[in-house]
Amino acid sequence: MSLFTSLGTRGSRLAALAAVAATVALVTSGCGAGETSGPSGSSQESTAKDLSIGFLPKALGNPYFQDAAKGSEEASKELKGTFAEVGPAVSAADAQVSFINTLSQQGASGIVLSASDPTAPGSALTAARKAGTKVVTFDSDVEPKFRDLFIAPATDESIAKIQVDLLVKQIGESGEVAILGASANAKNQNAWISGMKTELAKNHPNLKLVDTVYGNDDDQESFNKTAALLQSHPQLKGIIACTNVGLAAAARYISDSSFKGKVALTGLGTPNATRDYIKNGTVSAFALYSPKDMGYLATYAIDALGKGTISGKEGETFTAGRLGKYTVGKDGVVNVGDPIVFDKSNIGNYDF
Amino acid sequence: MTDSSTSLQAAPYRSQSYPYYSSPAWKRFFLTREFAVVIALIIVAAVASMSIRKFSSPLTLGYLLLDVTPILLIALPMALILISAEIDLSVASIVGLSNVTLGALFDAGWPIELAALAALVLGIVCGAINGFLVTVVGLPSLAVTIGTLALFRGIAVGILGTRSVVNFPEYWTTLTTSVFGKSGIPYVMVLVVVLALAFVLLLHFTPFGRGIFAIGRNREVAAFSGVKVQRTKFILFVLSGLVAALAGIYFTFRYGSARGDNAQGLELTVIAAVLLGGVSIFGGKGALHGVLAGVLLIGTLQSALRFVNVTSDVINIIVGALLVASIVSPSLLTWLKGKITRAAKEGTSKTPARHA
Repeated sequence: MSLFTSLGTRGSRLAALAAVAATVALVTSGCGAGETSGPSGSSQESTAKDLSIGFLPKALGNPYFQDAAKGSEEASKELKGTFAEVGPAVSAADAQVSFINTLSQQGASGIVLSASDPTAPGSALTAARKAGTKVVTFDSDVEPKFRDLFIAPATDESIAKIQVDLLVKQIGESGEVAILGASANAKNQNAWISGMKTELAKNHPNLKLVDTVYGNDDDQESFNKTAALLQSHPQLKGIIACTNVGLAAAARYISDSSFKGKVALTGLGTPNATRDYIKNGTVSAFALYSPKDMGYLATYAIDALGKGTISGKEGETFTAGRLGKYTVGKDGVVNVGDPIVFDKSNIGNYDF
Repeated sequence: MTDSSTSLQAAPYRSQSYPYYSSPAWKRFFLTREFAVVIALIIVAAVASMSIRKFSSPLTLGYLLLDVTPILLIALPMALILISAEIDLSVASIVGLSNVTLGALFDAGWPIELAALAALVLGIVCGAINGFLVTVVGLPSLAVTIGTLALFRGIAVGILGTRSVVNFPEYWTTLTTSVFGKSGIPYVMVLVVVLALAFVLLLHFTPFGRGIFAIGRNREVAAFSGVKVQRTKFILFVLSGLVAALAGIYFTFRYGSARGDNAQGLELTVIAAVLLGGVSIFGGKGALHGVLAGVLLIGTLQSALRFVNVTSDVINIIVGALLVASIVSPSLLTWLKGKITRAAKEGTSKTPARHA
């Protein structure tokens, strides 16, 4: 009992000590970072010389975003700018707002953002842009009015088409198919899924889409949804999993079940997460746009915006280092290029 | 139920003395756990403003206050509930439910003010459900609110499904994030201050508030002293639901978005801040100025660390360590103090512990 009773005056001392420890941590880290901050205030000041990029993914620790960060860092180095990756530990609609606010106050010349929610960061982004920070989204967009440019991972149509094509190659022109998506909130997922539906209806009328389920980018949930899908549709011939987590989870379920070899699986995934299933034959081919190129292109786009080469209008062109020349499309969208198809022959060349 | 049994039961509590009643008033006010948190807040804020470039601006203050507003709001009733030795884990789910209700009703064509009112009423209902299960049915609040955490969140996700409602009236979203001139202080702080004053009055200056402390110290003694234990607890849970729903409305306008998964995990941030502010998880102890300072301390620390690009995992580690240290320190010191006095006493005569 005595361990938990009130202490009166002495408790204050250790609490103060803890505060001092935290303060010391703050001071030491504060001194180091103080000098790296970019230019302040108005947009006229930003030149290539003091390019400072804040890279803000949906959440830290995701290999997909880490690959995109590599691209952004590479471009920042080429442009002689500074690069910092910041972000929340867990993806949530409101979690990115405070990071956007901080970057804008630090006077970053640009934010490379993959948004967790199309509207929640809106007012923070507007404030950042008013302060002279350029906002380029990639992977997952916000409402167009909140950003300067969106780096699209290849066109939604081409991503939808390549997945359907890969499936048709394996199962032919007839039979039941299903889609395993991430979440129905994400703009990109919706665009691809509706694109696949259109593509199936238009060019492959005998392939019947029997179900679309969502695994919320959670491994266990995607795994269970795959199991349920195969149980409720015994005639199923193929599954398209248009998310990295989903593809790996579905592949894991199928490779350990009696469906292996009977149900074709393809979709979007990263080489590292899907490598084993290419090797054991569960997945024969899958596709992905290059996250690294998106990060790279987004960073060059911020530089071009800062220099005034482009303003984000349709038809403007800029050059992005090793990737070459790009044209700004409708609504400030820039497409990074065609998706890459991975199979046994080339998967060894990729590591992300 | 005899006299002797009650006096026997009461005996152990005699050793729980209140040493600072023998000290002068200034000592009782300044040498407290709460005041240590206030000092820590001042130190962190001062050091951060001095050592971090561009940190000391009204903008930082504005963003910081906007970020911590939901936590500040919910921390008020949460502190009262913890002092009464109960807990409410369902607050974040009520925030989410209020957020979704407001969004869904607005989407269905309701006027925004009416939709907000409905969300508040729903918050009261949610709080009443918690209160009913705890006081009338007599279940432990930990179990009840873990259940309603899942229940309310499930309903919230169920209402909107995978949809999200956006495009709330600009008047309200702008009003929520607007600040007083160049001071950086958001309008919404008026609401926070009014509520904080109301809760300070309620907890520290009314018989109702003293009843909360009494319940936290010892429920039976409180009941025999004339405190309406069940009614008090029920009111606290209803207040908690109401304020959580209010925070949900704030959340909706601040981020302009209603989604089923909004504010997930907020309850732990709130409880962490309340505990850091000196409220005892065992009940019976705490003060609201410490709680408010605790919330602001965590907020300032997070903001400052973010400013120097410390990753969020490291920020979580630092805040977590601070919290553990603040909880462990009083217990550890008491234990040490006990050891020292016991060792000293062994030499002298065996006199009973002094009490005021």
